Amino acid sequence: MSLLTRRLAFLPWLPAYVAVYFLFLYLPILLIPIFSFNNAATTTFPLAGFTTKWYGTLAGNGAMLEAARNSFVVGVCVAVLSTTLGICAARAITRYRFRGQKAAAGLIMAPLFLPEIIVAVSLLMIVLALGVQLSLITVILGQTVFCVPYAMSVLVSGFEGFDRSLEEASYDLGETALGTFRRVTLPVVAPAIVSSLLVTFTISLDEFILAFFLSGTEPTLPVYIWGQLRFAAKLPGVLALGTIMIAASILMLTLAEILRRRAENRTRIALT
Amino acid sequence: MTTAAFGTIAETPSASRRGSWMRSEEARGLAMISPTFLYALALLFLPVLIVLAYSFWTQDYLDIDRTFTLENYRQALTEPIYRDLFVRSLWISLSVSIATVVFSYPIAWFISFHGGVHRNLWLFLVTVPCWTSYLLRVMSWKVILGYGGVMNTGLISLGVIDQPLTSLLYNSNAVVITLVHSWAAFAILPIYVSLQKIDRTLIEAARDLGDSRIRAFLRVTLPLSLPGVISAFLIVMIPTVGDFVTPRLVGGKDGVMIATAIQAQFGKAANWPLGAALSVTTMVLVSLAAASVVFALRFAVRRIR
Repeated sequence: MSLLTRRLAFLPWLPAYVAVYFLFLYLPILLIPIFSFNNAATTTFPLAGFTTKWYGTLAGNGAMLEAARNSFVVGVCVAVLSTTLGICAARAITRYRFRGQKAAAGLIMAPLFLPEIIVAVSLLMIVLALGVQLSLITVILGQTVFCVPYAMSVLVSGFEGFDRSLEEASYDLGETALGTFRRVTLPVVAPAIVSSLLVTFTISLDEFILAFFLSGTEPTLPVYIWGQLRFAAKLPGVLALGTIMIAASILMLTLAEILRRRAENRTRIALT
Repeated sequence: MTTAAFGTIAETPSASRRGSWMRSEEARGLAMISPTFLYALALLFLPVLIVLAYSFWTQDYLDIDRTFTLENYRQALTEPIYRDLFVRSLWISLSVSIATVVFSYPIAWFISFHGGVHRNLWLFLVTVPCWTSYLLRVMSWKVILGYGGVMNTGLISLGVIDQPLTSLLYNSNAVVITLVHSWAAFAILPIYVSLQKIDRTLIEAARDLGDSRIRAFLRVTLPLSLPGVISAFLIVMIPTVGDFVTPRLVGGKDGVMIATAIQAQFGKAANWPLGAALSVTTMVLVSLAAASVVFALRFAVRRIR
């Protein structure tokens, strides 16, 4: 009896808590699109009516388009570079056992456990000490350090179920190392790789601190937004831009998730 | 275990030792990881060493005086402004990590124990807000907590208050709320992973042997999920101490944290050695604080058991 009442008293609390928590999680990213369609320059309720004029102002904004182009270039380079480095490390960790494995993996994953400002400041110091000009290239190099841990965690889970006897069979049947990689390994791990590319592109697109310290005169989108935040009148335009960025991020993450799950299923099938 | 595995490889008889090592699992593994490792060495480890070196040097107008000195550390530790910033930064990161872990634990528990077949979907939904632009989310909190913001207008229309609250924004509470939101997924994921590893029959056994739900949780589930709780703590606490955006946007005057001072040394103040010393001190202090939290957690859980 007491057990039953306790059960009844206990159960509704958890779903209610989960609902409140999810409201807390999603409220900030739902408000940005809501206010971006609001026909007022201030962000207060009640809403003043629907408008798309803030999106219209973006199209003619040269500085913003330039920043968007920079962000795209940086994002593609960071995604390719960090995924390539992630593939090497993830393969070394899932396929081989060697001394110093933990230490090497620890160093590669370290940016996850460091304050970003310290990574940024130390990179800025080495870049300036070497006399290198700050440019999009320094942003790419810096963001790659920061993105490799994420690429690696996506790739390790994609590689983990991979059965190495498939590769051995391919070698035994006379395929070269390259041919084995292209025809056996790649098809199995491809979804994890694409998923890693999408995740690292998204991180790079949204990353602010490294870009802020390392970008010099060419801003990426977050650095551009940071500059706009000082002016209250620019807020609606920033909200419209933010809505587009959030939509792009969610789209890419959803795609990455679908691919990651397909990769999981495929390795499971390959194993059975 | 790694060395044992290597031992068996090394002991296999071979004509040329060097040639066999080159083909060994260890050599291949090292070759495979080396591009990534060298990249991290060059652009993470080396820069951190340079920061360390600079922290013992002195800024002499435009030049750097390379004689060893502890002056920067003396300044960092004794000047009242830096001391206040360190105390506040540590206090905020500690509050944020405790709040994030406490509020996230039930969610991780819910997904692990009641998520059913949709566990992956739940995890995905938890992570989505954390991947969208950090800057935009902080900006959004400014909109929520502001004088004419969502929270105030909402509370007024509900009749809870009749004057907008000014205490919501531009203080350390606003910083804590925003950071708890930013780091939620980073706490949920490790806790979830460790909950998933728990053998469910252990909990059933505790219940069968007469433990109440709460006792079974405290004595079985919580101690076994401790590794996840600890990594959640570390992954939230250490990065938040150096947060730069949140204090600047929602912190106001009494929410300023150490990152602002560090950035100033590399910008306007142009005193790199002091900036380096502040960075190193931040890392040392937060590591010590994190270590004591981990120690306290382990101790507390052992006592409960």
